[in-house]
Amino acid sequence: MSETTTMTNQQDVLVRVEGLKMWFPITSGLFQRTVGHIKAVDDVNFQVVRGETLGLVGESGCGKSTTGRAILQLYRPTAGHIFFGDEELTTMKGDALRKQRRRMQMIFQDPYASLNPRMTVGAIVGEPLEVHGIGNKKENRERVQELLRIVGLNPYFVNRYPHEFSGGQRQRIGVARALAVNPEFIVLDEPISALDVSIQAQVINLLEDLQSEFGLTYLFIAHDLSVVRHISDRIAVMYLGKIVELTDRNELYANPMHPYTVALLSAVPIPDPVIEEQRRRVILEGDVPSPANPPQGCNFSTRCPRVMDICRERDPEFKDHGSGHFVACYLYD
Amino acid sequence: MGTLLEVKGLHTQFFTQDGVVNAVNGISYTLDEGETLGIVGESGCGKSVGVMSLIRLIPMPPGRVVAGEVWFEGRDLLKLDDDEIRQVRGNRIAMIFQDPMTSLNPLLTIGRQITEALELHLGMDKQQARARSAELLALVGIPGAEGRLDDYPHQFSGGMRQRVMIAMGLSCNPQLLIADEPTTALDVTIQAQIVELVKKLRDEIGMAIIWITHDLGVVAGLADRMIVMYAGFIVEESAVKELYSNPRHPYTLGLLGSLPRLDEERPTRLRSIEGLPPDLIDLPPGCPFYARCAYRIERCQRENPPLETIGPHHRVACWVDVNGVVA
Repeated sequence: MSETTTMTNQQDVLVRVEGLKMWFPITSGLFQRTVGHIKAVDDVNFQVVRGETLGLVGESGCGKSTTGRAILQLYRPTAGHIFFGDEELTTMKGDALRKQRRRMQMIFQDPYASLNPRMTVGAIVGEPLEVHGIGNKKENRERVQELLRIVGLNPYFVNRYPHEFSGGQRQRIGVARALAVNPEFIVLDEPISALDVSIQAQVINLLEDLQSEFGLTYLFIAHDLSVVRHISDRIAVMYLGKIVELTDRNELYANPMHPYTVALLSAVPIPDPVIEEQRRRVILEGDVPSPANPPQGCNFSTRCPRVMDICRERDPEFKDHGSGHFVACYLYD
Repeated sequence: MGTLLEVKGLHTQFFTQDGVVNAVNGISYTLDEGETLGIVGESGCGKSVGVMSLIRLIPMPPGRVVAGEVWFEGRDLLKLDDDEIRQVRGNRIAMIFQDPMTSLNPLLTIGRQITEALELHLGMDKQQARARSAELLALVGIPGAEGRLDDYPHQFSGGMRQRVMIAMGLSCNPQLLIADEPTTALDVTIQAQIVELVKKLRDEIGMAIIWITHDLGVVAGLADRMIVMYAGFIVEESAVKELYSNPRHPYTLGLLGSLPRLDEERPTRLRSIEGLPPDLIDLPPGCPFYARCAYRIERCQRENPPLETIGPHHRVACWVDVNGVVA
């Protein structure tokens, strides 16, 4: 892990997300008229520093995966800008974009659904090389074997099919595929959620080793705060399409500012009965509102234990409250 | 407190085309009245099959409980006929499952699904049952309970559906609630709501709980006693605090070591367990954990260690004293 304790201006920013909005239309009727929008991501701003792991946490439907996909231009954002190094991805098309895509890859949650069952492992891991026109057949075959070795699989498995592997091994195949084109930046979308506990640890250790070996930058998307705290340098917390808090991993735990972060941290169980006995839980009432019809003002105002009148009127600004601790909450104005 | 449930030498197998799957391989344990027992283990360790065998919910064929006894309220549940076991299930022993969407009938209103059990098991008439259903929904914290009786499952969120399942489970005042990963499909803030709810209801009603999970975190604050399963065997059993502070089976140690903790200041490398669990069709002759164990000795390959008592309420199946060895 790299040292990125304070904020980013002086540092080498690899990914910059400005005012990102990703709205999906809700259509109705015979002519599929748009009657509203699901505001999956609604005005999100953050930066990822080269070499760091930025954790993006939140509960189902908060927009964390959509954010990851929009960064890689798998979705075309509704509004906002995404810069990768000096290049703006949001205005790029066709070949120019494909060239940039070599530099960024994605690892998916479901190791069963994200590998084509009719392709051999060799073909799966080698496909990105082919798509980007890298190397000839013989070179690529050697490269694939090397990649399998790097992720801890037997290089002689190239001719096997995905169903012959366990969940953890399949996730390793997904990692090998992502590494094939030597990317700088990898979006990991819940990469260990589908795996058993003992296998999760194997994959986390592998991801950490690869990061230090190849100098990778990670955007690590997950719902499990314990895992995110373990692997991340900084953590962004999302709620209903917005980032509510972003800061250093230890700062977030020691000094959470947003009431949602406080509730989320207190809800995560700690595997220690002695500690659990003494913990006080902030139990949130109710459910997350629909992103098609978010509340007026702060999105968390309907469940917030410390809600004030202003919270129901205007949306709080997401701003720095000292040494890179960003919060969107009126409690600190 | 008296013993509520006693399981003796339970073996469950599945007879498949590929061979006989040894899902549960002779497990024995007891449960006291009002006690909460956590059963942990990874996919395929037999934790769900072991408990479903108790109440005869194993699909037969291909499954079969090939040996064992299950004593509950003076009767061996495995010897009851179909009508008798149906009187126990849902009445004396209630269940809640992982996925509240697939465990509810999408075509029936919530009210109908709760009143059914009340009419069947408690002989209530329609009006009584409806009134009681509304009470139950209110008890599990569903706002506007009475007005929601005529809603269908899809009109509830995941957390609310799990509350409905709990209301159904509690409808007949069971002695034992079996919860099979009831919070796995839920978000963490909703999981916290459900765990708090179950704790509150347990204290009010005084039922015993068997809580099955893969998550050593959730049960830490909930269970009185824990059982750790691996490849269909109980490998360790202990009071909850003892298990976390003094784990004695290498697999338990491995599980605890591979968990990232929210309260860790400085990330230490996780101690992962290398390799994979054994094939249940072709179990090794010795200890099932042998191939992945950091403490293994030669004897482990030949003989499977029995579960032996090593302290008050602490049983372990291991030939090695892990406290005396540096792995």
